[in-house]
Amino acid sequence: MTPELLADLSIFLLSLLVGFEVISKVPATLHTPLMSAANSIHGIVLVGAMLIAVTADNLLGYVLGFVAAAFATMNVVGGYVVTNRMLAMFRAPAAKQPAEEER
Amino acid sequence: MSTLDTVIRLVYLAAAVCFVIGLHLMNSPRTARRGNTVSAAGMVAAALATLVLLVDSGAVSATGWLVLLCGAAVGAGAGWYFARTVAMTAMPQLVSLFNAVGGGAAGLIAVHDFTRVAAGGGALPARVAVPTVLDIVIGAVTLAGSVVASGKLQGVVASRPLVFPGARAVNATLALVMIAAGGYLATGAANVTVLVVLAVAATAFGVTMVLPIGGADMPVVISLLNAFTGTAVAMAGFVIGNTVLIIAGALVGASGGILTKLMADAMNRSIANIIVGGFGTSDGPA
Repeated sequence: MTPELLADLSIFLLSLLVGFEVISKVPATLHTPLMSAANSIHGIVLVGAMLIAVTADNLLGYVLGFVAAAFATMNVVGGYVVTNRMLAMFRAPAAKQPAEEER
Repeated sequence: MSTLDTVIRLVYLAAAVCFVIGLHLMNSPRTARRGNTVSAAGMVAAALATLVLLVDSGAVSATGWLVLLCGAAVGAGAGWYFARTVAMTAMPQLVSLFNAVGGGAAGLIAVHDFTRVAAGGGALPARVAVPTVLDIVIGAVTLAGSVVASGKLQGVVASRPLVFPGARAVNATLALVMIAAGGYLATGAANVTVLVVLAVAATAFGVTMVLPIGGADMPVVISLLNAFTGTAVAMAGFVIGNTVLIIAGALVGASGGILTKLMADAMNRSIANIIVGGFGTSDGPA
């Protein structure tokens, strides 16, 4: 086992434990926004999609790179925007209703 | 390690910290919006750092840039449009759709890496081959499963549990095919045909996994598939040796798993119970 793999495995396991701990007493109303937030975070795959574009040098590579980049950006952009819209509902007592319009 | 390299790695680390803090802030309605902003800031920083890395490397051809930028523009436009125009009630299926494309992107990274090695006639070392197989299997299952889940909520696919005769046998066969093909590829053989078989079997499995589950259970299933995507992204991180993908992926995998359990508990159901599915749960409030 190379030191790099060992380091990556350590990072993986510790991140799993952080993931378990960070979600503790979330109220049921936040379940869906939280799911959506986690969904946007795995949009980090965009970094991977950008990096593979570097190594593409044939048609198949370009097609894979294009689709991966499109998928990943859709995940990131859509994920954050939709989470934001969900959360906007939480600070919406009647008085603030007009503020919704500016979006 | 050059200075730029160090800076970029530190930005990745900062992005990972932002994700953890952002997720933590999502625990309370008061801080949730701030949490989303913090997490988005981390994402922008990581993407910009990667862009700088690519520009600096000078290794990207003009075609490569064109492909990357067009892909990103299409994805960003579609994501923005759907997220802004979707009705509040249709948000869960949209999240499921975003989850599907995330899983697809993670799987494609492994496919891309694999085809490059296969074209070179080489073999994959075990530390790449194993995460490649896992990434493609989990990515394909999530992609197909999330699309079906989204379709069920949207009403495109019947929301009642769809059970067809011999479903169990089909699932068992698909599982066996995946284990055989995956096991073969995990030994490091760069065989594209086997890869296609694996991907097709995993895609079919994703469909047959979600079809028998009732529409009312979909939010829990989407959350589960979300955790799957996180794991797939972490595997993609192992394949291309990128730490921030591993951290963020594992984070989502674990927190998504816990969230799935919380959601199932809130409905007085167990996850196993939901996945087995088909208990007259066709409709009703989720």
